[in-house]
Amino acid sequence: MSADALSAAYPDTAGHFGRFGGRFVPEALVAALDELDGAWRAATADAGFRAELDALLRDYVGAPSLLYEARRFSAEVGARVLLKREDLNHTGAHKIRNVVGQALLTRRMGKRRVIAETGAGQHGVATATAAALFDLECVVYMGEVDTRRQALNVARMRMLGATVVPVTTGSRTLKDAMNEAMRDWVANVDDTHYLIGTAAGPHPFPAMVRDFVRGIGEEARQQCLDLTGGLPDAVAACVGGGSNALGIFHAFVPDADVRLYGFEAGGEGVETGRHAASITGGSSGVLHGTRTYVLQDADGQTVESHSISAGLDYPGVGPEHAWLHDSGRASYLPVDDDAAMAAFELLCRTEGIIPAIESAHALAGVRVIAPKLAAELGREPVVVVNLSGRGDKDVHTAGEYFGILDKEQ
Amino acid sequence: MSRIGVAFDKARADGRAVLVGCMPAGFPTVEGSIAAMRAMVEAGVDVIEVEIPYSDPVMDGPVIQRASDIALAGGVRTADALRIIEAVAAAGAPVVTMTYWNPIEQYGVDAFARDLAAAGGTGLITPDLIPDEAAEWLAASDTYGLDRTFLVSPSSTDARLEMTTRHCRGFVYATAVMGVTGARAQTSDAAPILVSRVRGVTDLPVGVGLGVGTGAQAATVAGYADAVIVGSALVRCLLDTPDLAGGLAALRTLSAELAEGVHNPAR
Ligand SMILES: Cc1ncc(COP(=O)(O)O)c(C=O)c1O
Repeated sequence: MSADALSAAYPDTAGHFGRFGGRFVPEALVAALDELDGAWRAATADAGFRAELDALLRDYVGAPSLLYEARRFSAEVGARVLLKREDLNHTGAHKIRNVVGQALLTRRMGKRRVIAETGAGQHGVATATAAALFDLECVVYMGEVDTRRQALNVARMRMLGATVVPVTTGSRTLKDAMNEAMRDWVANVDDTHYLIGTAAGPHPFPAMVRDFVRGIGEEARQQCLDLTGGLPDAVAACVGGGSNALGIFHAFVPDADVRLYGFEAGGEGVETGRHAASITGGSSGVLHGTRTYVLQDADGQTVESHSISAGLDYPGVGPEHAWLHDSGRASYLPVDDDAAMAAFELLCRTEGIIPAIESAHALAGVRVIAPKLAAELGREPVVVVNLSGRGDKDVHTAGEYFGILDKEQ
Repeated sequence: MSRIGVAFDKARADGRAVLVGCMPAGFPTVEGSIAAMRAMVEAGVDVIEVEIPYSDPVMDGPVIQRASDIALAGGVRTADALRIIEAVAAAGAPVVTMTYWNPIEQYGVDAFARDLAAAGGTGLITPDLIPDEAAEWLAASDTYGLDRTFLVSPSSTDARLEMTTRHCRGFVYATAVMGVTGARAQTSDAAPILVSRVRGVTDLPVGVGLGVGTGAQAATVAGYADAVIVGSALVRCLLDTPDLAGGLAALRTLSAELAEGVHNPAR
C-alpha cells in the first residue's frame, strides 16, 4: 500500500487501525461515543465550524506556530534542526489545539460540562482555559503524584475556575486520572463531554484528536518547504499518548522519504523496567477503551510507568502509533531521563529556550539519530522537531534534577 | 443451551428472582474469598459472580476497586481466579465470572474459555467488551458452551438493545443506573424502564445490578427483574470488618437479608 492510501484508509468506520484501536468500553458510553462521532463528522463537513475553529486557532492560540531554525543547537547535534514552536502557543503547548476543537464540539452537542484527565497539567490547563472561554463547567482529574510535581499547573487550573480533583487510587498518576474521568463520564454522560487530551481512548477519540492537531504538521511541512526548498529528512516528536507526534507526523505520512521518529520515555532505562516506553517495552493489550501497546504483566494487569516527565508517564499509547509502528512507517525509540535532561539543558544554553521535559525527549532523540542519518545520507540531515511545549511548568523538577535550587527553597 | 439457565429455571419454578452475589477473586485472600463465597451460598445467594481483579476497573466504584487492589497486592493471578471458580462451583453454586477484557486477552481467549469450562464456570459478564469487538469471544464461548452476558444500559438505543441481547446467552445484565458499581440509597427509576425495553427484544432472563444493597431494595428489583445482582454491599462486609470471621458473619447476615428480599418481591 502506498503511504497515501495508508493514511487515507485508517481508521475504519469502527476506529480500527489494523488490529489496534476500536472500542473497549462499558455499553453505557456507546451512545455518547456515537453522538460524538456524528457531531465530529458533521462539524468537519461544516464550513462554518471549520472557519470558527481556524479563527480561534489563529487569533487565540497563535497558529501557525513558528518554525525556527535552531542554529547553535544544530551545531551541537550534527543536524539542521528546525523547531516547530508549539511552546509559543497560548497556554504553552500543542494541547490547546485539540482542546479548542473539542470545546467547540461540546458546545455544538449542547453539553455544559467538560471533564479531563491530565498528567503534566498542560492538557488540564488548556481545558480549563477553553472552559473559561466557552463558559463551561470544568472538572480536571489529576493523579495525586502529579499534582505535587506540577503544582504550578494546579494553581493555573484553579485560577481559571476549574475544579482539580487529586486522584488517590492506583499509581496516582495519569492512568488513574483517566480511570476516574471515565467513571465520572459513565455517570454524567448526558450533560458532560469527556475531553480526552491525547490521541488515545475509544473511537472516535484517536482519529478525532489527531485531526484537531494535524495542523501542526501541515504548517511545518509548508514552512519547511518555504525555508529550505525541500522536505525534511526526518520528523521527530516525543510520544506520551501520542497527540503531538501524530500532529506533526500526519501531513508527512504520504512523503515516503521523510522518516518519522517517535521518542518514548525510557525513564531509568527500558532494561530496568522503570520506564514509560509502551511500544519499545510493552505488548499488545486493551487499556482505556482501545487496543494498543500497553505496559502490562503476563496476566494483563497494567504495570506502572516511570518517567521524569509527567506528560509521558503513561503505560499506553494511541492506537495509531501502534499501527504506524507495526506497519514500519514510523520508528519508535526510547530516551531515558538523563538523556532528556541533558538535551533540556543543551537547548536552554544554546538557544535560550526552556523546553518542556516531554519535548526534551524529542531533542535528545535527535542527538541519537543525527549521526546515523548523516552517515546514510552523506550530508547534514534536516530534522523537524516538534517542540511540543515550554518548560515553565518543569522549572521545579529541572531545578531539583540539576541541583540549582537554593537550599531555603 | 445455557449453563446458568438451570438457576433461572429453578427460581422461576419457585416464582421468584435469582439472587446473584459478587466477590472479587482473591479478596481478602484466595482462601478467604472461597470461604466468603461459600458463606454467601449457605446464606441463600443463588449464583456467585466471581470478579477477576483488574488494575484499571473503570466500571467499578471505590469499594470494589479497593477490594481488587487488595487481591492484586496479595498476588492473585488469573490462574488463581480459575481455582476459586472451580472450588465454588464444586460447592454446588452456579458461578458466573465477571472480567475486564485485558486479562482474558493476555491469557488467550480460547485458552481461557477452555479452562473456565473445565473449572465448571458458566460464562462471562464482560463490562468493557461490547459485542462489536467480541468476535473471538463469540467463537470461543460457542466452542466451549459458555454463556455470554453483555451489559445493556439506560442509554442504549433500541437497535443496540436488540443487537446486544441477540449476542447474549444465559442472561442479560441491565445496569440500573448511569454509573459505576456501589451501593446507593435509592434504587433507580431507570431500571424498570430498561428491563421492560429489554423484554421487548429478548426472552432471555434479565438481571439488574448497580446500586442494590439492602433486602428492601432487593425486593423492589425482584418485583420486575429475573435476577438481582449485588456487589459492593457484600464486599463492604469484608472490607469494613478487620477479622475474617467477623466479616463472614456480616456477609451471612446481609446475604440472608437479600435472599429474604428476593423471596418476597415487591409487586
Ligand atoms: C508539552 C507536552 N508534550 C507532550 C506531551 C505528551 O502528550 P502527547 O504524546 O499526547 O503529545 C504532553 C502531555 O502532557 C505535554 O504537556
